Amino acid sequence: MTAFLIELVVYSALVVGYFFAVLHFLADWLSNLEKTHIHIYAIVAIGLIIGQAIVLEMLTTGLMRLLQGGRSE
Amino acid sequence: MIAMMFPISHAEISPIYLTVVGFLIGILGGFFGVGGSFIAGPALRAVGLHWNFAVGTDLAHIVGKSVVAAKRHRALGNVDLRLGLIMAIGTIAGAEIGAQFIQHLKKAGNVDYVVSMVSIVIYFGISIFMLLEGLATLRSKRGRKEGSKNKKKDDSAFKGISNGVQKIKIWPMISLPVSGVKSISVWIILFVALIGGFFSGFLGGGAGYIRMPSMVYILGIPTHLAVGTDLFEIIISASYGTFTHAIKGNVDILIALVMHTGAAIGAQIGAIMTQYFAGPKIRLAFVPLPLIGAAIVIYTLVTGQKL
Repeated sequence: MTAFLIELVVYSALVVGYFFAVLHFLADWLSNLEKTHIHIYAIVAIGLIIGQAIVLEMLTTGLMRLLQGGRSE
Repeated sequence: MIAMMFPISHAEISPIYLTVVGFLIGILGGFFGVGGSFIAGPALRAVGLHWNFAVGTDLAHIVGKSVVAAKRHRALGNVDLRLGLIMAIGTIAGAEIGAQFIQHLKKAGNVDYVVSMVSIVIYFGISIFMLLEGLATLRSKRGRKEGSKNKKKDDSAFKGISNGVQKIKIWPMISLPVSGVKSISVWIILFVALIGGFFSGFLGGGAGYIRMPSMVYILGIPTHLAVGTDLFEIIISASYGTFTHAIKGNVDILIALVMHTGAAIGAQIGAIMTQYFAGPKIRLAFVPLPLIGAAIVIYTLVTGQKL
């Protein structure tokens, strides 16, 4: 439970950083792409959500392993 | 709460709200193998997103959440890839038929009433059936014994139905060793997926509330495998749905990405939680979900307002 709560705090901090760093820069580009090349936008949208899913899954799994490893040592 | 401007849909929504909604739906998705669109749609509408964006954006978010939950379920041995790939074909075909049916109803001018009534009947029907079946299974001596021994070894009070279905010999027959099915017709799998896909296109969302019980009761797939495989199948069918909605200008991917940051962790928690519950208990816990959907539809029908 403690490991999970620590994971949640670290994860939240990373996600807040992600909102301001990545999404802020992506917003205008995606908005323009949606207006000018809708088919490319559709493909990019699916790629982005799957890419984010894989990265976040790796991140949460890695964090959990790190915390569990640190606790057992 | 700090609001963030989303330029694609021109909506101003708090990212914290989106993350929390995503987190809650993620838990439901990971545990039950459903997309959670009956909650996500109204939750997005509640903050002023237009209905077309709510539907399309929710589908995009479902793709991401299902990737995380299915990956976790795969690690737990709960995904039958062969079954999932066959089902994806039927689901996509069914979703197209459902969408065409909606177009015909739109032309007839009674789409809202018909869809609302059908969804209420379906939601109530699933809930009552699963409640009766889950209770009957838990009451039976065998169900109690297996529930306490091995959480993944499943039993159903309606096992006779799936046994009968597996005996129907229509070529080509295949085996699903991961799901413990020795022989089943591909056409039956496609038909079950087609029905699920039809309701996905007709009622919106992923229609996991129909597909997951169908996999258990008709195909005879153990509940844990049905949840994991349904999530894997949803990745393919929801990606297709996202693409078709995106080219119609119904997807704000930035909203989906923010929602997904909450869903990613919620889906993992939901998937891990399935390890601690036996199949009949997961099915019993599933019962209120379609009822929530029915309550939302009844509210919309009675008040004339969308949540």
